[in-house]
Amino acid sequence: MLMQRVFQKPTKASLYRKQIVYEIDSLGLGSFGIITIISVFMGAVITLQTASNIDSALIPAYTVGFTTRQSVILEFSPTIIALILAGKVGSNIASEIGTMRVSEQIDALEIMGINSASYIIVPKIIAAVFINPFLVIWSMFIGVFGGYLVAMLSSVISTTDYVYGIQFEFDPFGVTYALIKTVVFAFIITSIPSYYGYYVKGGALEVGSASTKGVVSSSIVILITNYIITQLILI
Amino acid sequence: MIEVKNISKSFDGKKVLDDINVTFAQGKTNLIIGASGSGKSVLTKCMVGLIEPDSGSVLFHDQNFTKMSVDERKDVRKEIGMLFQGGALFDSQTVEENIMFPLKMHGKMSVKEMTERVDFCLERVNLEGAHKKYPAEISGGMQKRVGIARAIALKPKYLFCDEPNSGLDPKTSILIDNLIKEITEEYQITTIVVTHDMNSVLQIGEKIMFIHQGRKHWEGDKNSIVKTTNQELSELVFASELMQKLRDA
Repeated sequence: MLMQRVFQKPTKASLYRKQIVYEIDSLGLGSFGIITIISVFMGAVITLQTASNIDSALIPAYTVGFTTRQSVILEFSPTIIALILAGKVGSNIASEIGTMRVSEQIDALEIMGINSASYIIVPKIIAAVFINPFLVIWSMFIGVFGGYLVAMLSSVISTTDYVYGIQFEFDPFGVTYALIKTVVFAFIITSIPSYYGYYVKGGALEVGSASTKGVVSSSIVILITNYIITQLILI
Repeated sequence: MIEVKNISKSFDGKKVLDDINVTFAQGKTNLIIGASGSGKSVLTKCMVGLIEPDSGSVLFHDQNFTKMSVDERKDVRKEIGMLFQGGALFDSQTVEENIMFPLKMHGKMSVKEMTERVDFCLERVNLEGAHKKYPAEISGGMQKRVGIARAIALKPKYLFCDEPNSGLDPKTSILIDNLIKEITEEYQITTIVVTHDMNSVLQIGEKIMFIHQGRKHWEGDKNSIVKTTNQELSELVFASELMQKLRDA
């Protein structure tokens, strides 16, 4: 029902543009720092763990780079970053919309004859669907770079082997698969917390509760969707 | 003019509004009074379509609002201004942007015309120079006045005010009351004020409807309310010692 209202014809499309730019800045670029930090350490730890678990002399050293690349591109960047954003962005969205509800700002929009669901939620969905793929691509680069730093700063693998490994049998479809997941996750990250925020009843306590529910629900839906998409596309 | 006909509303089986019938006149400040939880805010929300009544109808100048489609309602809502209890200003927008918002959404004005209208509305509520301030940077009384400025930006035919004096000091309350009365007379709009502030009742109550337990119990004006024999209304009106002294004097 909410999504039906969200995707109705906007009251004035030109005003949505400004909101979308604002949301890209708020939801996307505002997460740039945390994504960079998480990705670099994620790539570094994957490299360290893979290297420490490969004892056999039959497995070539470049496997570490190969495994890091595959893990980062196929799973860690799209899914872990989506879960991080579900926490950061999702709680932000649910509490922002919930506060608008309890402070009657949503009622004020309705009184002005504006489709509040569309005006508030559509720019967030569009912004996330647009910016999240860029964030995930950035995370992929930084994650693989994190592994390179480990190769450079420690003796677990040489940089030559690592670089060879990350180039070994590279299939661009892996990136496509990751970006398909990212777009679906972006929709989940924005729409589910929006739902919980939009239907808040009560005060500050309920806004907090809606925020928690939004994050938990979107995280669970992301994990289930991840399984379904992987089954459909990769298997 | 707004006519409310046989409006009833229940929540979870509990009747909050029971067969309310009332007419609110144009160019007058019409007050809905009652104790907390009596159903005044629910009635107002039914009138503006934020809550759908279970039965009955609301007519804005003989147009049945309750039977209208979403698009038809939008047209009527462009003629409605509403001042909310907490102001309901958009936090992320400045005072100027808040007032300009309905103009941008519905008006076909140039930027210059919109700016002039914002200046006029702010001047009307004595808030010249507050353009660039954010809602968090101004007092509760100023927020209410910005709320009024936003409500009148589109030159509404109907003005709804939900507890405009709540949380305000007596001096600012009187200022807001006078502003509502002046705007009502000046633009000949139909104003409906939901309140339980007796100072407001005696100050601006040209027509007063008293709701008790979801039913209309009394109707009159500020002169007749002090002489009322209605027991429930008397308990509300003369609840304070000051009002009791005023009655006895």
